[in-house]
Amino acid sequence: MTTAVDETAQPPAPAAGERPPRSRSGAGRRRVLAQWLFVAPAVLYMLMYFSFPLVRNVVMSFQSYTPATYFTGEAPFTGLDNWRAVLSDELFAASLWHTLLFTLGSLAGQFVLGMALALFFQRRFPLSGLMRSLLLLPWLIPMVVAGTLWRRVLDQETGVLNGALQGLQLTDSAIPWLSSPDFALLSVILVNIWIGIPFNMVILYGGLQEIPREIREAAVLDGAGFFRRFFSVTLPMLKPVVTVVLVLGFMSTVKILDLILALTNGGPAHATETLGTHTYQLSFLQLDFGQGAVVGNILILVSMVFAVIYLRANREGVTR
Amino acid sequence: MRHRLSRPPRGAAAAAAAVALVCAGCAAEPDPDVYTIMNSATDEPYHSWDDEVMAECGAQAGVEVRQQSVPADQLVPKALRMASSHSLPDVLVLDGSDMPQFADPGGLVPLAELGMPPDELSDGARSFGSYDGTYYGAARSVNSLGLFYNEDMLADAGVEPPQTWDELRETAAELTEGDRYGLAISALSTEDGVYQFLPWLWSNGGDERRLDEPEAVEALEFVSSLIDDGSASRSAVNWTQADVNDQFVAGNTAMMINGPWQKPVLDEHPDVDWGVVEVPVPEEGADPVAPIGGTTFTVPANSRNPEREQVAGELVTCLTASDAQLEWSTKANNVPVAPQAAEEYREQVPELAAFADQVETARSRTEHVGTDYSVYSQAIGTAVQAALTGEATPEQALTRAQSQVEQELRSRP
Repeated sequence: MTTAVDETAQPPAPAAGERPPRSRSGAGRRRVLAQWLFVAPAVLYMLMYFSFPLVRNVVMSFQSYTPATYFTGEAPFTGLDNWRAVLSDELFAASLWHTLLFTLGSLAGQFVLGMALALFFQRRFPLSGLMRSLLLLPWLIPMVVAGTLWRRVLDQETGVLNGALQGLQLTDSAIPWLSSPDFALLSVILVNIWIGIPFNMVILYGGLQEIPREIREAAVLDGAGFFRRFFSVTLPMLKPVVTVVLVLGFMSTVKILDLILALTNGGPAHATETLGTHTYQLSFLQLDFGQGAVVGNILILVSMVFAVIYLRANREGVTR
Repeated sequence: MRHRLSRPPRGAAAAAAAVALVCAGCAAEPDPDVYTIMNSATDEPYHSWDDEVMAECGAQAGVEVRQQSVPADQLVPKALRMASSHSLPDVLVLDGSDMPQFADPGGLVPLAELGMPPDELSDGARSFGSYDGTYYGAARSVNSLGLFYNEDMLADAGVEPPQTWDELRETAAELTEGDRYGLAISALSTEDGVYQFLPWLWSNGGDERRLDEPEAVEALEFVSSLIDDGSASRSAVNWTQADVNDQFVAGNTAMMINGPWQKPVLDEHPDVDWGVVEVPVPEEGADPVAPIGGTTFTVPANSRNPEREQVAGELVTCLTASDAQLEWSTKANNVPVAPQAAEEYREQVPELAAFADQVETARSRTEHVGTDYSVYSQAIGTAVQAALTGEATPEQALTRAQSQVEQELRSRP
């Protein structure tokens, strides 16, 4: 875009001869204006829908913001009260810990299984296309639907999973997948892994296709076995894609709300409470928007760190 | 998600555009002859039934009525957003437990000012529609909880529907066999579960404001014991009230605690022969105290157009008149609040008469704690789950809940 403007703006400048500086600066100003005009809609959009709410959210976390605020417009500033209240709450520490386990557990599971499937489908075999598209299904189902579905599957008494496990005599008694605080977080992670596998598989599969066949063949000729090939050739060449998959996966996982609400509502006894569900409960169930904003801001901050990592990784990928 | 709730600033052009986008369709100057009633009746046939009665009442008042239905969980956020842009509907149908949030900042008109004093109402109905002693919300019909039982299963076992806690414990144990539980309850940490815990708490003389007292601990110990005995499923901590009903219909349980709104689903399964009695009480002869649920018709304050408030009052009067209550209640499986209508209801719908009795002694959830109800509700939900999953003893769980409430309320101005 800028080069196009340059070309049209440049010729008149030398032709003006007598007063090149003024004419040049006039054209330059027009060029800058034109550039800004192109950027303006995006900037305006960003300000309206991203910066404004973000700043509001930060300000809100220092205010006493209640339902009454919507009527009176008054939200007195209370300093660090909201932050203190949230950070001193045991539930916040628990949510933070659960969020960490949930995110890392989900990522690890999704990535390993997604990678395994991507490698598997790299071979050519009949019906691989059909199987690959079937594997995409979990990705297409809305989270709430997946959550509701799995809640039925995992029900301690009437769930299909326990029925199958007991039928095959793999377990003696019904496993309280969602009804025991000891199992609930694990179950939620497993369901989220199921949902995330397709995303990892598709992106990694795409990355694998980019690796030139000759390199692999050369490695085979050199006598490298499967694992050697994978760790010394495939994985290093896949590194930019892996970074992108993990960082994007992290950002979408850390804020997951709907899946957990549909599966366990954060329970039992807060065993699956994450930062996402915690901010939802503070804001929309307790209607304490100020404290909800605090947790929301922390979540945004965490995501932002990884967004920066993502941008850096992406730039590396592009310049490569 | 939250930013959409934030109060739009006035003045900024960008924000004005944002408001216009968020609030498409809510005109600044309402049509003088068109009145809006916002409710959560998104489901059929309720929406169409409401359309009919609202059109009728509109015709009586000489105006056109438009029904605007929003999913229940989005009604409060949406109404708050509308409040901040002074564009609330003429009549707002609020859940009883949400009403104080709107009455507290002066957002609702006291109905006495619109010619609707609560003089003839029962205590329960008055407390249900009141906040801080002032009556703001007229109920058309209310509901509560009862003990549903499978008649065939009870007859097979040769037992009667239980009336006391001891009887319930015995009956539930007796009816438990194989894959079948004696009793199903919802112990979700959200309102579904809390609503179901309140009858045990209140009937035992417990008070949500003093959760660490023996009456409350006893109530939670009782519920907990049903699960420890194996008479009720541990999955209760994950069951909504609708899930509980599914378990009942599927024959996985012989009894359940649930509300009259399940009747349409039960009616779809004519093979299930059911009856309903009041929730069992700790001692014989004690009054069962269950929570009242349901919605109230409120009139948002409209300082720019006081005459609209008057007409809105007429609409509410018409919608909540005794005969309108009876008609709605019989159709929608709720209980009318007007005593005379309740009397006729018992005759017309004998299978749900237990709820008409239950409502007489039932209590409003916000009567004592007002706008703080959500804080108490969260704490109770957590305590119930902690006890039922064995994470804490009932006493520990409730002591923790009490200090949690106190801490949260202290952090509020």
